[in-house]
Amino acid sequence: MTFALKGGAVETLRVAVESRTPHVTLSQVTRSFKKASTREMFAALGPIDLTLNKGEFFSVVGPSGCGKSTLMDVLSGLARPTSGQVMFEGKVISSVPDGVGVVFQEDASFPWLTVRDNIAFGLRRSGVDGPEVERRVAYALGFMGLRDFAGAYPAQLSGGMRQRVCIARTLVMQPRLILMDEPFGALDQQTRLLMGDELLRLWRETNATVLLITHALDEAAMLSDRVGVMSSRPGLFIDLVETGWERDRDSRVVSTPRFGEINARLWDKLRVETMKVMGAQH
Amino acid sequence: MNIESVLRSLLVAAFIGLIEWLCRTHVIPPMVLIPPSQMLMHLLSLVSTGQYSQDILFSFGNIVVSAFVAIISGFFIGLAVHSMPRFRAALEPLLASYYAVPTFIFYPVFIVVFGVGHGSIIAIAVLLAIVAMITATLTGLDRIPNVLRKSAAVMRMSRLQTAWRIQLPAALPYLFGGVKLAVAYSFIGVIASEFILSGSGIGYAIAFAYNNFESDNMYALMLLVLISVTLINAALNFFDRRLQARRQR
Ligand SMILES: Nc1ncnc2c1ncn2[C@@H]1O[C@H](COP(=O)(O)OP(=O)(O)O)[C@@H](O)[C@H]1O
Ligand SMILES: [Mg+2]
Repeated sequence: MTFALKGGAVETLRVAVESRTPHVTLSQVTRSFKKASTREMFAALGPIDLTLNKGEFFSVVGPSGCGKSTLMDVLSGLARPTSGQVMFEGKVISSVPDGVGVVFQEDASFPWLTVRDNIAFGLRRSGVDGPEVERRVAYALGFMGLRDFAGAYPAQLSGGMRQRVCIARTLVMQPRLILMDEPFGALDQQTRLLMGDELLRLWRETNATVLLITHALDEAAMLSDRVGVMSSRPGLFIDLVETGWERDRDSRVVSTPRFGEINARLWDKLRVETMKVMGAQH
Repeated sequence: MNIESVLRSLLVAAFIGLIEWLCRTHVIPPMVLIPPSQMLMHLLSLVSTGQYSQDILFSFGNIVVSAFVAIISGFFIGLAVHSMPRFRAALEPLLASYYAVPTFIFYPVFIVVFGVGHGSIIAIAVLLAIVAMITATLTGLDRIPNVLRKSAAVMRMSRLQTAWRIQLPAALPYLFGGVKLAVAYSFIGVIASEFILSGSGIGYAIAFAYNNFESDNMYALMLLVLISVTLINAALNFFDRRLQARRQR
């Protein structure tokens, strides 16, 4: 899918387009659930056609309850689509494939392990040797600002810090596809911006494909190559916005006029959808 | 030690002191109750002469085996039941009313099946203890947030690995509640069975002493049971608190 672009973003985009190879592809994906009360099925998502390109930073925004988390479950292989299929690295997936990392919306830290052991959990299982585990964990602790809490248990940390533990636990595995469901929800605005910068740096260094679900439009506008705007339930992509940022970017893009334009366009689409959701509640 | 535990210790000490004084002044006649200090002295002499060593070993052996069997099999039964929601829904009301049944009425049946000895005693104690463990396991598994299971799936863990590395530690604080109950019920089951119908064990020895007016022996053995239960309970509580401490702010 392509969209008309404004102004100077065209040049950078052409470079990006040329290096595009599909990494994840959703074809006609839907997911339905049984209503708890009446037991009849209702559509929560789709049908969705979407391709994430290798190394792309893609964000999803949409009103709450529109199916964003459901999209992530299906995309990661945690849940089967009701119809349609998901391809990752050329293969149709039926469970979580190797190379996929997920940061959940809820706190997924293991309360019985220290911060250090939480972060090392996946690495130790995957057969990475001891010194390398140490190295990566130490790096992640620093990266996430958790160095002083390595020996603490999650219960002793704030919600935002626990979420950072989960982010670290995912990133140390060096996944090729990183899915994050509102990972910065529990963080304050300043920390959120700085974490965004760190995330961009990491994304550049690792060449991973990132899908970020967020309720913060500015976050989506600042971090992404593309932003997908979802409709209210059942979630469909009603707009795909190419930001046209260079790969080498950081939170300072918020002061450019383009940032304002992107934000405005996102809000324009989302406003209508959010009003639909609000209206449905009355 | 905090002020509450100091107060509690004082309360217990005061109660023992009161009994001691009532016995010494013969307000409570020696035929009825001997002074606590005398119980303790007599217990120490029994332990040193080894008069009841066989019975003590017999009972504690039964208790350890019963508790162990109840905890392990209760956990696995709980795990199995948890994975079958339909069956569980059918079973759960029965489990809930289980402790309304006086399990001891089945003791004669066990004696017919297992004979007089370890078998029937352990059977009745396990019967008494196991449901507490099953219930605790079900509760524990219910309380595991779904996101932990999802995390296990993302790490591509097998069902067995998930059970062992995620579900067990996540449910452990709840399981421990079941362990404490299972140990307590094993104690009750074993001592009470020996009391009713057995040729050995602490319960039997207490009943024997009672029938033969050996109140020294009777009270010393009762004190032994009280002290053992208190110590074991304190040890379990200690581990429980350590387990909980990590999970609380
Ligand atoms: N496991 C499930 N069973 C039944 N309904 C579900 C389930 N998961 C999500 N839903 C429903 O699907 C819709 C989309 O949910 P979700 O994907 O969590 O939305 P979002 O993440 O965008 O807020 C909601 O109406 C939600 O109630
Ligand atoms: Mg969600």
